[in-house]
Amino acid sequence: MAEIIESGGGKKQGGKKRPKKHSTHVDMTPMVDLFSLLLTFFMLTTAFSKPKVMEIVLPDKIKDQKDIKAPEVDKDKVLNIIIEDDKAFWYNGMAAPDKETKQLPKLTAANFSKDGIRKVLLLRNKNLFLKIDDFTQEVLKGKIKLPKDSVDKRLKQFKKEDKSGPIVLIKAGDNVKYGNLVDIIDEMAICNIARYAIVNISPEEKQMLATAKALLPPTPAAKKQKLNKRVL
Amino acid sequence: MSKLKMPVRSPGVDMTPMVDLFSLLLTFFMLTTSFRPSEAVQVDTPSSISEKKTPEKNVITLLISKDNKVFFNFDNGADSNSHMRSALLKMIGDYYKISFTPQELKKFENLSSFGVPMAKMKDWINAPDQKVRDGLSVNGIPTDSTAIGSELQMWIHFARLTNPEAEAAIKGDFASDYKVVKKIMDILQDKKINKFDLTTNLEKVEVKAKDIK
Repeated sequence: MAEIIESGGGKKQGGKKRPKKHSTHVDMTPMVDLFSLLLTFFMLTTAFSKPKVMEIVLPDKIKDQKDIKAPEVDKDKVLNIIIEDDKAFWYNGMAAPDKETKQLPKLTAANFSKDGIRKVLLLRNKNLFLKIDDFTQEVLKGKIKLPKDSVDKRLKQFKKEDKSGPIVLIKAGDNVKYGNLVDIIDEMAICNIARYAIVNISPEEKQMLATAKALLPPTPAAKKQKLNKRVL
Repeated sequence: MSKLKMPVRSPGVDMTPMVDLFSLLLTFFMLTTSFRPSEAVQVDTPSSISEKKTPEKNVITLLISKDNKVFFNFDNGADSNSHMRSALLKMIGDYYKISFTPQELKKFENLSSFGVPMAKMKDWINAPDQKVRDGLSVNGIPTDSTAIGSELQMWIHFARLTNPEAEAAIKGDFASDYKVVKKIMDILQDKKINKFDLTTNLEKVEVKAKDIK
């Protein structure tokens, strides 16, 4: 850093010595240059929002399936979601032909928007959702004072104790993007679904999916979307 | 300032406050910065409401690009003295009967994610720059299984052997096919990794109680 002593431009005229007039200014321009350079560099390279992760737990793979029976589930509680082509198709119960009509259950198509599959899930999971919502609201308002750990523990317990909510089985068709899978798992988290699993699609369900897709009118918007996707 | 009589020559701007501010900001950025790690592929992760942070150490990262290629990353363990990466490369090299020189092992330690088949690993490590490396990793890590298992399976297997504490994280592009992700999840399950992370972006979603009433 240079120190400029403004003494009037060097020795003039035979060096008549004067007492120094000093103003001890430090020239900060180079320093500022350097600082702003570094600052810009750090501002541009820094990554503020670290990516987050969503944890999923899958069951152990069973190599030897002979001795192990599939767990019995209450048929009325099961909600099946089949994701395919950016849509979520859902139906209740089991993929078995009806006793009277001998027909497979019909699929209902929904999308991933706020009024799509989320509404279905919320309606089915109303009790638990409201319970958890009340609890979190009270924590937020400060009526219940708990450390974060025990809040999480309490939420887990709510989910464990819940008997009213659905058991959601998530299945994927042939044309599924990874983003859709994350979306649907995320919906489970949003709707506070206590029990869900990712399972393989059965042949009956493939059949049902094909019928449902054939019934679906190809809307102009969907066509456009498809075209856009191809361009992308 | 200038109560002293000064020659009116230098109309200097007082930069002290500016310098103060700059040094403050600079210090802040220097301390908070964490460099974006350069990755072999650009991956646009889907978003979720999950707020769990990505672990920094002991992670096996499996990247899936939007054209369904798989890339692999593994960190050096809790501290860089554990040399997990070179240990892994040595181990997998022994398995595929490719020997790596100490220089190559050292170099590999400082590199990041990769997507090359084992046969091209040596070229990839010794490549002069990133462009050549990107050229080599056009196909990603082979996932098709042979009789003894795919290379990806081997990487995951040996990564778990080298660092038993390592967790798996799948960082997939939202446009990648579910089938590829499923394949990877199957491999992880086979290796008894039943709990793993899906890397996502944070997104805020609010559902009010009145929405369902």
